[in-house]
Amino acid sequence: MSDPSGEHADPAVAFESAKLGVWTFLATEVLLFGALFTAYTVFRMKYPEMFREEHAKLDRVLGAVNTVVLITSSLLVVFGVDAIKRGKARLFEACFGATILLAAVFLCVKYAEYSAKFHHGIYPRTNLFFSIYFMLTGLHGIHVLLGMGVLAYVIFLSRRGRLSARYYTPAEMSGLYWHFVDLVWIYLFPLLYLIG
Amino acid sequence: MAHGTGDSRRTGIAVFAALLLLTVVTVLVSYVDLGLWNTVVALLIASVKASLVALFFMHLKGESRLVWGFALFPIVFLVLIIFGTLSDTMLR
Repeated sequence: MSDPSGEHADPAVAFESAKLGVWTFLATEVLLFGALFTAYTVFRMKYPEMFREEHAKLDRVLGAVNTVVLITSSLLVVFGVDAIKRGKARLFEACFGATILLAAVFLCVKYAEYSAKFHHGIYPRTNLFFSIYFMLTGLHGIHVLLGMGVLAYVIFLSRRGRLSARYYTPAEMSGLYWHFVDLVWIYLFPLLYLIG
Repeated sequence: MAHGTGDSRRTGIAVFAALLLLTVVTVLVSYVDLGLWNTVVALLIASVKASLVALFFMHLKGESRLVWGFALFPIVFLVLIIFGTLSDTMLR
């Protein structure tokens, strides 16, 4: 408690507390997205025909491509965390670097989708379906962007020699967050693109 | 703190393959008109995928009951919020 460095003396305890901290943060994230999921459910039940018509304007192939991109990025995070646990810092950096690259691909596809919608005169104010679509995918996109920043910071830590087979907490925790971003998209894709 | 092994990579690839397969299935099913069942199937597949990510990628499988509690309580709240709101808006 009175440790002047402000860190836990026992690294195993520090790891466990960091993990609980991330899960607590993710709980607030579930509820943040949850508010929008609730809006989606309420309005979808109220205006089923409008949702059916409007959702058909989304490109489900692009949505599926982005799903595969995020799933692949999650696998790379698994490989990255596994690498740093074995002390292979360069391999870890390559895996997390590739994850950031795939995150950029995801955002580029999203950008193309948004542009196509704007081009066809579809904006967040067009109707309730697209209000919810832009809010949900926009909020998710911000999470992807922040995730890229977090992953880049952890790569930076590794470049500075701060991570090793004995201390890899930042890699594990940023990975946990990244998998959550993937998990949110796993629900967004069918709800917005596939069912009407 | 478990150390990295070939096992975690093999599990990762197996989960990845399952996620890919389920993505293909859910897209194909969406082209078939099953009425209300489209929604049920899509949500079911999404939940299986989400569970795979949580259990294996996020290591929930080997976690303590405390972490499980942290992971599950927001879901309970989310269900409460959604059904609570619906009970209001649907009965108005």
